Amino acid sequence: MSIHQPPADWFKAPDSTERLWVGLALIWCLVMFIAMPYWYFYGKQNSVGEGYLVEPMEFSQRVSKFVETNKVGELKGIPIVEAAPGGDVYLQAMMWSWFPVIQMRKDQTYRLHISSLDLQHGFSIQPLNMNFQILPGYDHVLTITPTSAGEFSIVCNEFCGIGHHLMTGRILVVE
Amino acid sequence: MTTTTIGDVPFEGGASGNHQGAVRSCDTTGLPVCLGAQRFIKLHAVVAVVWLLIGGTAAILIALTRWPAVHLLPADWYYRLLTLHGLDMLIFMILNFEIAILYFAGTTLLNCRLASTKAAWLAFALMLIGGIMVNIAVLNGSSDVLLTSYVPLKASPWFYLGIILLAVGALVAVINFLATLYIAKRDHTYEGSVPLVVFGATAAAIIAVVTLLHGAVVMIPTWLWSMGVVEYIDPAWYRITWWALGHMSQQINVCAMVSVWYLLGTLTVGAQPVSQLVCRGAFVLYILFINVASAHHILVDPAVGASWKIWNTGYAMYLAVLASMIHGLTVPASIEVAQRKKGFNRGLFGWLVAAPWSNPGFSGFFLSLIIFGFGGGITGVVLGTQQINIMAHNTLRIPGHFHVTVVGGTALAFMAVTYYVVPLIFQREFYLKTWCRIQPWLFGGGITLMSIGMSFAGSYGVPRRHWDMEFTGAMFSTGFDSGAHLMLGLMGVGAIIAVTGLLVFVLLVVAAVFFGRSNAGRAMTPWHEERQVAEKFRTEDTAGDDEHSMPGTLVLALFFLACFVVYYFANWMWLADVWHVR
Repeated sequence: MSIHQPPADWFKAPDSTERLWVGLALIWCLVMFIAMPYWYFYGKQNSVGEGYLVEPMEFSQRVSKFVETNKVGELKGIPIVEAAPGGDVYLQAMMWSWFPVIQMRKDQTYRLHISSLDLQHGFSIQPLNMNFQILPGYDHVLTITPTSAGEFSIVCNEFCGIGHHLMTGRILVVE
Repeated sequence: MTTTTIGDVPFEGGASGNHQGAVRSCDTTGLPVCLGAQRFIKLHAVVAVVWLLIGGTAAILIALTRWPAVHLLPADWYYRLLTLHGLDMLIFMILNFEIAILYFAGTTLLNCRLASTKAAWLAFALMLIGGIMVNIAVLNGSSDVLLTSYVPLKASPWFYLGIILLAVGALVAVINFLATLYIAKRDHTYEGSVPLVVFGATAAAIIAVVTLLHGAVVMIPTWLWSMGVVEYIDPAWYRITWWALGHMSQQINVCAMVSVWYLLGTLTVGAQPVSQLVCRGAFVLYILFINVASAHHILVDPAVGASWKIWNTGYAMYLAVLASMIHGLTVPASIEVAQRKKGFNRGLFGWLVAAPWSNPGFSGFFLSLIIFGFGGGITGVVLGTQQINIMAHNTLRIPGHFHVTVVGGTALAFMAVTYYVVPLIFQREFYLKTWCRIQPWLFGGGITLMSIGMSFAGSYGVPRRHWDMEFTGAMFSTGFDSGAHLMLGLMGVGAIIAVTGLLVFVLLVVAAVFFGRSNAGRAMTPWHEERQVAEKFRTEDTAGDDEHSMPGTLVLALFFLACFVVYYFANWMWLADVWHVR
């Protein structure tokens, strides 16, 4: 029994059903393991974690400069900013806002830099449901290609204080 | 040696002459109970139930807040009680219970005394003081940082100090257990290899040492930082190291839970492992490979590369998942073999239908196995797949997953074993046995419903740890599909049922421990008699001594694998539909 000392000869090969199951389970585990590197090379959705150290002040200046040179409009008093396809886009997270409003072209690729000026935040695009972690002191770079047009919300999904639920932003994707 | 029975299960036991220190022979099983260890098993179990009650009270309040139709608490109290709930349940309740299991496995099952009573007192005091300190720091509003306390969000120094004291206390208790193993070996209180349950408990203890050391590495600098001694804690470093504490401690739970499954299999139907080698090998895989699972929380972080993520997420080629899948077969297989030997040999599943479902020790254990495997296991591996995590990180899918592992799995298994701990260690009988029999179904059923609600709401993108999923007052209005609202309602209903099950459990245990009829000097009232079981599942054609007859379990396992494969590839399909990102 499980609570008694095992028989002296317990170190023996398992029986056929157990061998079969261990074999099947091992094969399945290897399939799952191979799926991840496969998707890294052939899949279109990967989190490679491209990130660079950046001082919050420094990042804030990059955002300001980006907004100055690329502003195309305004939404609720927040600048709408669009970069050339393939270009760098900057998004700043702080308690409790996302700045600025980002405009992108469908099927064009951008390098989206996101960092926080204060606490950790969660960059969550809804209703698409794509989620990335944002840390203060780190510039998280997503090489992103919107494949659908429309108006998307950014919500914060890392707890950042009492106003956490107020922290929303916008991404506009135009054809 | 004496032979006794619990229900219909025969036991061989009896204290041998080698035991040093005060010991009593269990009136039911004949096993030797070290009185020194028994005191601490009781103390830790009682404290665990107190944390369970506090954590459960917080649970219903936060669940009713997340149910948008109710939205009970104001924002500050929601986050405060969420912090409290996480700490009391995931750390204080569960660690106290696990220390009790270690003390039991090290002494009773090895016929040995506890290595040090002083160390046990020290461990108990540190864990209790740490727990009280953290609870006060959270409830007085100075530490609304949630369980993870991600820097630079700052809590009061008492919060971090309390966690450090708890970790040190737990470490002292684990070392006391390991010292007990050493004494048992040195004094030859047993011959040959340790029993399987002790082996599993030892695996849990080894993982606990590694976990708690990581806890010290991350919490001590953070404590100093909260007092202004240290200037800066790097948030990326904090996350990686904290999760070596946070997720690895869940692997202690898995190991302890699987050990309890084997224990309950033996106590309820007299099961014995089919192949000791396979079961023990699976525990060794846990020790070697499960530690890297802390990477699960870093999968969409910056500054951590894809190859690191893939290697660690794969638990090094999923060898720890393999271990869980092995236990998923060997645990029910041991039940099937034992039942067939008794003659419940009809059809593929006669052994299971004829199992002692009226015994809460059995129903709780088997429900825990099913809920953990089908609910927690499958979702855990899928959510922890590096790229799929993009659709899951910080959504309600994550708590949806861990409430069916830690709660429907571990906590339910611990409740099930309590139906034996109280009569055998506290030597008290339960009142209201019908309620005892209903309780595992209430708790397990409620948690399952709740987790389904959470998981599907999370699939719609609803964030975890979020006071208002309607974002009332936000600059850019947003919200979720009505399906998400429906799922959060399901979560709320499930939570009400589960917390009812929890309160019933606490009441039954308190009534039994403090006011129950003593059964000292005689065997416990059995939870089931074999004659209560439907005789129609008996056949003339018994499996006899065939130790390899487990066709029903194999069918169950293949069904499990099919569910796993379907859910896994469905998630890749959903992932292929979202924006391209690198």
